[in-house]
Amino acid sequence: MGVEQKLGTMGIVTTSLENVVNWARTNSMWPMLFGLACCAIEMMGAQAASYDMSRFGMELMRASPRQSDLMIVAGRVSRKMAPVLRQLYDQMPSPKWVIAMGDCAACGGIFNNYAILQGVDEIVPVDIYVAGCPPRPEGLIHGIITLHEKVKTEKLKEWA
Amino acid sequence: MAIDPKLAACIASLQERFGCRQEEFRGEITLYLTPEMIISALTALRDEFGFEFLVDVTAVDYWLNQEPRFQVVYHLRSIAQGWIICLRVPVTTVPPALPTAEKVYPSANWYEREVWDLFGIRFEGHSDLRRIVLPYDWAGHPLRKDYPLGYEEVQFTFNQEEIMVHKPHPKS
Repeated sequence: MGVEQKLGTMGIVTTSLENVVNWARTNSMWPMLFGLACCAIEMMGAQAASYDMSRFGMELMRASPRQSDLMIVAGRVSRKMAPVLRQLYDQMPSPKWVIAMGDCAACGGIFNNYAILQGVDEIVPVDIYVAGCPPRPEGLIHGIITLHEKVKTEKLKEWA
Repeated sequence: MAIDPKLAACIASLQERFGCRQEEFRGEITLYLTPEMIISALTALRDEFGFEFLVDVTAVDYWLNQEPRFQVVYHLRSIAQGWIICLRVPVTTVPPALPTAEKVYPSANWYEREVWDLFGIRFEGHSDLRRIVLPYDWAGHPLRKDYPLGYEEVQFTFNQEEIMVHKPHPKS
């Protein structure tokens, strides 16, 4: 694109630091396990051999918030679970993103009652909402790729 | 479904002792007891008739339909005989309270905590009557019929913005 065309095959690429950092962030996201209900089954399906989320650099699901930078909230969040979810989110190192997977995590879904949070965005900031009850693995992968597009446009100083 | 004659004899003996009303539905016997009788009835069923397993303690709220409002339901099972029996206790006191069955069946501990949590029926003498399924700072008892049913108004295009204004949205 730039100087490499003029210099021939010297194995040198020039780009901005932001692009490199965002490229690294998108292609090795470590999602945290947060399977709370039936959406978790589809999340497992998205990881297993048929759909194979590791094509997009996500083969590691971490059980520890300290080692992850993406929280996939898969399922309805009860009000008793909400402080736990927020604490785990706070334990994740920055930069971090949240995907609300499924209708329940996005808006409460069919559970409009006292026990269920009406959307996980009441307690953590959500980047991507994946609709569906539950969404198919393709839906989740589409959400993740949409998140990748979002991350690629981020500026370094937003997380500084 | 025919009732086992030995179970019928057991129920007849209980009725004689406590003078309780009996109902039958599809082979399951329900006995209606008063709050004073429940502990001695449970002790008798456990020690004399071999009901060694307390399956469940739950409650029903008959608000506006029936007086008294609450009934506490005990399900007992005899594993050796294959019997099942149901005891119902209308709770007459206000605020609702019953003696605890924890001393007879230790497994009643968590069931009674659940009934306290969701119906607000106190169990006198219970060793640890805290909420069990809801957060400790919860106000109210949600399975009561007078507890508000929904949490949030359903969003449509005409009221969406109004609802979203009141929703908490953390920035980070």
